Amino acid sequence: MTRIDAKFAELSAAGKKAFVSYVMAGDPDFDTSLEIVKGLPAAGVDIIELGLPFTDPMADGPTIQLAGQRALDGGMTLQRTLDLAAEFRKTDDTTPIVLMGYYNPIYSRGVDKFLVDAAAAGIDGLIVVDLPPEEDDELCIPAQKAGLNFIRLATPTTDDERLPRVLQNTSGFVYYVSITGITGAAEAEAGDVGPEVARIKAATDLPVIVGFGINSPERAQTIASISDGAVVGSAIVSQIGAGKSVAEVLAFVKSLSDGAHRG
Amino acid sequence: MAEDLFNSFMNGPDEQGRFGIFGGRFVSETLMPLILSLEEEYNRAKDDDSFWAEMKDLWTHYVGRPSPLYHAERLTEHLGGAKIYMKRDELNHTGAHKVNNVLGQIILARRMGKTRIIAETGAGQHGVATATVCAKFGLKCIVYMGAHDVQRQAPNVFRMRLLGAEVIPVTSGRGTLKDAMNDALRDWVTNVADTFYCIGTAAGPHPYPAMVRDFQSIIGKEVRWQLAEQEGEGRLPDTVIAAIGGGSNAIGLFHPFLDDKSVRIIGVEAGGKGVNDDMQHCASLTGGRPGVLHGNRTYLLQDEDGQIMEGFSISAGLDYPGIGPEHSWLHDTKRAEYVSITDVEALEAFQLSCALEGIIPALEPSHALAHVMKIAPDLPKDHIIVMNMCGRGDKDVFTVARHLGFDMSDTEGRDLD
Repeated sequence: MTRIDAKFAELSAAGKKAFVSYVMAGDPDFDTSLEIVKGLPAAGVDIIELGLPFTDPMADGPTIQLAGQRALDGGMTLQRTLDLAAEFRKTDDTTPIVLMGYYNPIYSRGVDKFLVDAAAAGIDGLIVVDLPPEEDDELCIPAQKAGLNFIRLATPTTDDERLPRVLQNTSGFVYYVSITGITGAAEAEAGDVGPEVARIKAATDLPVIVGFGINSPERAQTIASISDGAVVGSAIVSQIGAGKSVAEVLAFVKSLSDGAHRG
Repeated sequence: MAEDLFNSFMNGPDEQGRFGIFGGRFVSETLMPLILSLEEEYNRAKDDDSFWAEMKDLWTHYVGRPSPLYHAERLTEHLGGAKIYMKRDELNHTGAHKVNNVLGQIILARRMGKTRIIAETGAGQHGVATATVCAKFGLKCIVYMGAHDVQRQAPNVFRMRLLGAEVIPVTSGRGTLKDAMNDALRDWVTNVADTFYCIGTAAGPHPYPAMVRDFQSIIGKEVRWQLAEQEGEGRLPDTVIAAIGGGSNAIGLFHPFLDDKSVRIIGVEAGGKGVNDDMQHCASLTGGRPGVLHGNRTYLLQDEDGQIMEGFSISAGLDYPGIGPEHSWLHDTKRAEYVSITDVEALEAFQLSCALEGIIPALEPSHALAHVMKIAPDLPKDHIIVMNMCGRGDKDVFTVARHLGFDMSDTEGRDLD
């Protein structure tokens, strides 16, 4: 059982929905980023998604692209990202960390070495946007063997015929991308999301968490009420990008988590 | 090797879209179903005579194929060695090989009922070709182009707008071809229902590398029969040479000759200021290592951390940090050789082609020609080289003028001081 599985068992026992937050590792710099991440659990975050900076984030909108650039300009690397997770783990051994990013930095390091280092740093799961089920042999299968969850994205284009394939090697939870589009762009329509979440839940026992296009406490509440939880990324990252203080960022995160937990 | 053990180089990719370890389908889940349906549609079209009949009709009457295979007599004489032929794909409608592929993809898009076409472009040649074919078929066309390239390729930007395309300057990232490709992918993932992504080179997720290659292979197939016509039945080229950015013109020339072991195959990458540690070049094979970007595994210019680096070249069309996956495989299996040519060498070749043959080449094939200049003098006179003159140089005259110190705004035509 990973920290992710334990967290969902705990939430389920308490009858609560999950709130998942995304921040880019090293944005705007290593120390500030670490301070923000350390403050997330107290701000009501159940699962931390830690962005791995990449020069070419093809599925992300301008907000997260710019965050990645800020991090890279500040000298962030895959190693520094793992260092940040390891620092966090020194004071928190229960909040799950999911590393989210693109495949090339991982491939460049070498999958086997990466998995050993990621597990040692206290990473619990991986979301790698550019690895669909067709490429499961690359990282998904080795990650599961190494005891890490591999969390898959399901999208509005994932039809019934394809859904079993997407769910097949998924563990931890299923991340439903509520829109066709990039992060931080359109708003998710609850009317569209509800039936889709039901469709996925009918095909799996895993929790279904919804992300993309959720940017306010109200939206987080609405989405959480029709799923197992909500992810907010760009809305938080844009606060960091606007130069808000750590306290201001965490206060905003708290408002979002309160919203999701009402759902 | 016994003949029955001979493995064909022409069978790739496999079912996973792989050429050896290269290629594949490294895209987000949202795009995956689209790519699968494209593959299905392409496989259907490939075996459908009516598809190829439509292509052939347009190639003949709209593009002007076959393009000539031209014996460059004065260049041959000047270099004093191998006999040099140029495959004149710069004479195609829109002035480059790009249209060969665009026609195929647009006909597919129409068969799939897509009404909105998106494309990325570097030098603007693929953008112009896409805008052209979209105009012909009355399709909406959106072209993503790095802001830096919009500036240095102004004539092509205007052409695309004349042809009714919307040109979107890309400022995300560093505002170059790779960022244009990122933004095109972002558009596609947002507009999945009505949009067809017309990729300009033999790269990207499967089936694009194979599909673009198949459309561009008309180049090499024509060379085969044209050379036989001019040099005698069964005569194959001894060496084929083409420039490589993503590598679509090169794979188009190379592919029909992959199993002819006597044919030496040379791809020429853009060496920029020289292949060095500062990465002031675009030579992915000579100066990069395998990685995953834009849907495929291939050689990439990247740093130690797997972050993608910017290429550098005088030629916007070669300015891409990756290369088509089939080239990566041909490189690793050593079926083809890959070399690099610097900006300075390409400029020399550009001028030589103008002076000796009356052909103003694009800067991209000028790289291929520069390598011909290097090797031809030492080869015997009965050695036949075919180089792909894949584009004409009209778009580049401003760039070349600047590099040669000529002031285009001076009506008296004086040189710059």
